Amino acid sequence: MARKLLLEHINVSGINTLDVYRQNGGYRAVEKAVKTLSPENVLEEVKTSGLRGRGGAGFPTGMKWSFLAKPEGVPRYLVCNADESEPGTFKDRYLMTYIPHLLIEGMIISSYALGANVSYIYVRGEMMPQIRILEKAIAEAKNAGFLGKNILGSGYDLELYVQPGGGAYICGEETALIESLEGKRGNPRIKPPFPAISGLYNCPTVVNNVETIAATVSIINDGGEEYSKIGLGRSTGTKLISASGNLNKPGVYEIELGLPVEEFIYSDEYCGGIANGKRLKAVVAGGSSVPILPANLILKTINNQPRLMSYESLADGGFASGTMLGSGGFIAFDEDQCIVRNTWNFSRFYHHESCGQCSPCREGTGWMEKVLHRLEYGHGKMSDIDLLVDVAKKIEGNTICPLGDAAAWPVASAIRHFRDEFEWHVTHAKEAMERNYGLAHYADPLPAVEAVSN
Amino acid sequence: MLSISKSEEVIFTPELISQFNEIVSRYPEGKSKSALLPILHLVQAEFGWVSSEAMDKVAAYLNIQPIEVYEVATFYTMFFLKPQGKYVLEVCRTGPCCLVGAEKIMKYIEEKLQVKEGQVTEDGLFSWRGVECLAACGMAPVLQIGPEYTFYENLTESKIDELVENLKLTTADKPAQNS
Ligand SMILES: Cc1cc2nc3c(=O)[nH]c(=O)nc-3n(C[C@H](O)[C@H](O)[C@H](O)COP(=O)(O)O)c2cc1C
Ligand code: SF4
Ligand code: FES
Repeated sequence: MARKLLLEHINVSGINTLDVYRQNGGYRAVEKAVKTLSPENVLEEVKTSGLRGRGGAGFPTGMKWSFLAKPEGVPRYLVCNADESEPGTFKDRYLMTYIPHLLIEGMIISSYALGANVSYIYVRGEMMPQIRILEKAIAEAKNAGFLGKNILGSGYDLELYVQPGGGAYICGEETALIESLEGKRGNPRIKPPFPAISGLYNCPTVVNNVETIAATVSIINDGGEEYSKIGLGRSTGTKLISASGNLNKPGVYEIELGLPVEEFIYSDEYCGGIANGKRLKAVVAGGSSVPILPANLILKTINNQPRLMSYESLADGGFASGTMLGSGGFIAFDEDQCIVRNTWNFSRFYHHESCGQCSPCREGTGWMEKVLHRLEYGHGKMSDIDLLVDVAKKIEGNTICPLGDAAAWPVASAIRHFRDEFEWHVTHAKEAMERNYGLAHYADPLPAVEAVSN
Repeated sequence: MLSISKSEEVIFTPELISQFNEIVSRYPEGKSKSALLPILHLVQAEFGWVSSEAMDKVAAYLNIQPIEVYEVATFYTMFFLKPQGKYVLEVCRTGPCCLVGAEKIMKYIEEKLQVKEGQVTEDGLFSWRGVECLAACGMAPVLQIGPEYTFYENLTESKIDELVENLKLTTADKPAQNS
């Protein structure tokens, strides 16, 4: 069994309560931090650990924290990003539902390191049950002296609040999240200034993902050095993977970074293979925004090396033949899925979620949705395929926030790897309405399962 | 175009106001506008939707312009700007859910309730709509029902039947206070 740092105690009954959480070693890291470490020590441990942001971009957390401006007399804020709206991603919901105190504990340590005395957890509004769970956990922690004034006699004060969103994917983008937390529309801000200089209420602010913050607990307990030994190369530690789509055992798994993709998909410890004895056609490995890869390229890199679940290995080959770890939203497509239909579905999503501030994103996502719709519904032209590539190119890099890129990449990569399937939708429009294209040359290199047991 | 419906007179009870006050206390001096989203959620939980009258009152409470409330309520998809069924079935329609049958589930709901997306059944009990990824893709297909956003996972047609029947029974037991 692989090392578990986040979900080690997830199956202990009552782990969502403070008492059981403490019986299993909970809040030791808070004691250690506020009683024996300075904020700078905590920052050093996080730097040493090599922890990278788990929200999608993978930016080193220690470095991000060290950018935080510290002008005299100005409050600083830590805001936890629990907006979790990237299609395919559902790990933060899982963590908050079953082991909420891990996030609260991480928030206390991280706020202490950053010198924040008020911190917020911004949870997407649809997670009302999780908001209630967190509020209860916060009340328990406060009662036990882990929050509020003079935490454990250390002289450090922290208030922690939960803020609901209103249903908007764009509020996961950190500056849109800050706008939303200020009671405004979730329009991303133009950077610079970066939140580290001017964020919430124009004060220095750090925004971190739920999983990033939860990971600081074991970093403080065992030391950054220990954490950095887990994983592979610059992909240190463990990562929560949300596995969905056509898998035997979809769900949230904690993996050591560096696990082979093949093992993750097929072994019984993880996803247990493709559902219904079917074969794998494609995978979106890091949430809907990252490039889709056909089965052959997700299992092996272009150089015929086994593909691993790490930041570097998934990106091996660049966008020509690789993808990204992103948020760890691992979506598996079996041989009966239609790539054109899924690409249309994703582009409808991005069009719906575009905040509309930049014309390339607002107009471009609308165009892509429309053109993909007509391809899927049998009215497409051959020239539409290049038109899509062209529109995607015009969006990429020309917008205020990365949602534009996130909308362009799935379309560009689907056409790059599955062009024949798009063409077939034009040449065999009628047939394409009745059946799916199948596996074709990007076939699952693994042999088909011969005997499907009943 | 978005339109916001009008309603009867809106009265915020003292209990509701005290909840508003607690929320405002979470933010620094002068930053009470941050309370806007949480307050709109409370208003919707109380009245089932957010009318322009309710928004005007929220603006007055927070001491901001009504337009500041309108522009926010229209931006976020969770706020209903016209009356809905007592139960709004919100079904995820995004990619991962569609890989395991979300489209069929939506079709089934449409046939079962005999209303199109966004419309209300004759008895006022139900409406439904497709929404984007609910961060539950591993339990797909899924739907949620406000105001508590209870989750229903791994949906099948028979689970929908059961859910709809149960909601009808619940309502027959306890007549709704605000319908
Ligand atoms: C459109 C968009 C949506 C995003 N959604 C999320 C999200 O739901 N959760 C999240 O943690 N980060 C999300 N991010 C990334 C955040 O902007 C930010 O990088 C992240 O919260 C930083 O935390 P980390 O360094 O701990 O990963 C999103 C980014 C973009 C552009
Ligand atoms: S890229 Fe899209 S979502 Fe981002 S700011 Fe521009 S219009 Fe808004
Ligand atoms: S796609 Fe439906 S919950 Fe994520």
